[in-house]
Amino acid sequence: MRGPTIIKAEDDKTRSLNKHTLMAFSGEAGDTIQFADYIQANVQLYTMRNDTELSTPAVGNFIRGELARSLRSRSPYTVNLLLGGVDPATEKPHLYWIDYLASLAPVPYAAHGYAQYYCLSLLDKHHNPNISLEEGMKLLEMCTDELKRRLPIDYKGVLVKVVTKDGVKEVDFDNDRIARAA
Amino acid sequence: MSGYDRALSVFSPDGHVFQVEYAMEAVKRGTCAVGVKGKDIVVLGCEKRSALKLQDTRITPSKIAMVDEHVCLAFAGLNADARILIDKARLEAQSHRLTVEDPVTIEYITKYIAGVQQKYTQSGGVRPFGISTLVVGFDKNDGTPRLYQTEPSGIYSAWKANAIGRSSKTVREFLERNHQEEMDREQTIQLTIKSLLEVVQTGAKNIEVAIMAPGERVEMLPDDQIEAYVKSIETEKQEEAAKKKTSRAGTTTAAILTRPGGGESAE
Repeated sequence: MRGPTIIKAEDDKTRSLNKHTLMAFSGEAGDTIQFADYIQANVQLYTMRNDTELSTPAVGNFIRGELARSLRSRSPYTVNLLLGGVDPATEKPHLYWIDYLASLAPVPYAAHGYAQYYCLSLLDKHHNPNISLEEGMKLLEMCTDELKRRLPIDYKGVLVKVVTKDGVKEVDFDNDRIARAA
Repeated sequence: MSGYDRALSVFSPDGHVFQVEYAMEAVKRGTCAVGVKGKDIVVLGCEKRSALKLQDTRITPSKIAMVDEHVCLAFAGLNADARILIDKARLEAQSHRLTVEDPVTIEYITKYIAGVQQKYTQSGGVRPFGISTLVVGFDKNDGTPRLYQTEPSGIYSAWKANAIGRSSKTVREFLERNHQEEMDREQTIQLTIKSLLEVVQTGAKNIEVAIMAPGERVEMLPDDQIEAYVKSIETEKQEEAAKKKTSRAGTTTAAILTRPGGGESAE
């Protein structure tokens, strides 16, 4: 709020890799975009060359490989990622937690950065494997409320995107809602 | 043998680079490909090699390939050479997106492809690409259809409609006679298939057609629709032939020029 710099509130830290796969990223400012664009270009190149869409697990393993390679170079990327997607054939959803040390973990829910210290406990308590979209949005609201109450920075809200078998779409999310005291 | 076609980058005394001319000969022996621009559409048509009885046509590669979401390419000549060239083009298309955050323009990628082809006429230890290509598509935020041709020598040129490969001269002359400005989707597809039928005897099952419209992904015309177009064109031709017969019985009037009328065609 009073610092010399302010985080851009409406910055979109996601990239669509193909019709049904979305990647969200955080980390070192330049690295994130450079790495995300590189991954995006390579996934599209693969699609062009082989005339097939890559599945979400395939993209996940590709990203892990690239991060592992980068980690062992002279200037590794410091990028943490979340990769979400739905297999259009089986309609099975996938979520991967990926960090700059090239860990790749399939998870039911995930968070990166400071947010995870506030959110993971909530997600732990309220998530269930058969959670619906409505319930999921409720749970996300609980998470953002928690961040509003407890984060020691000027919290500017979230950008919400939903991946279904029909593709990626942005959904409205009320970031101005006042969080009631817990 | 004169010896001037041994090393590739060597001129013959009368100024020919033989290997490049042989490459152009390889193009002439390849199956025919046609590209036609309409008002806000561009269509590629290809003659397909007829499949053998036991061949799986489903997974046999097509002569029409995507270079990027908005760029489509058809070629005539050596299939294997085309694979390499197309792969280089695809890589450049993505690389261009990565470096300047914009998709390639059709002219840019054509220039790049022609550049690669040229490089292979002047370097040691390689031979030229035995293919000509037709590159079509739409630039970003632009509704103007584009159609370019590249040749083994590295020449590239822009066209309203053109043909490459076997009997391309016949097809080009047909296009010269029948191409009109501002054709709509139906007319453009029809002209493409009609021009191909001039040289493809076996009809619908040996033709493939790709259609591009601004801001949309490529559309491969399904076989049954191609068949329908071919049928309607054939009945039209028969009717015209019948008309000709009756008119010839009376006064002699040419109905439609099906053979070259003027000497304006240049090869």
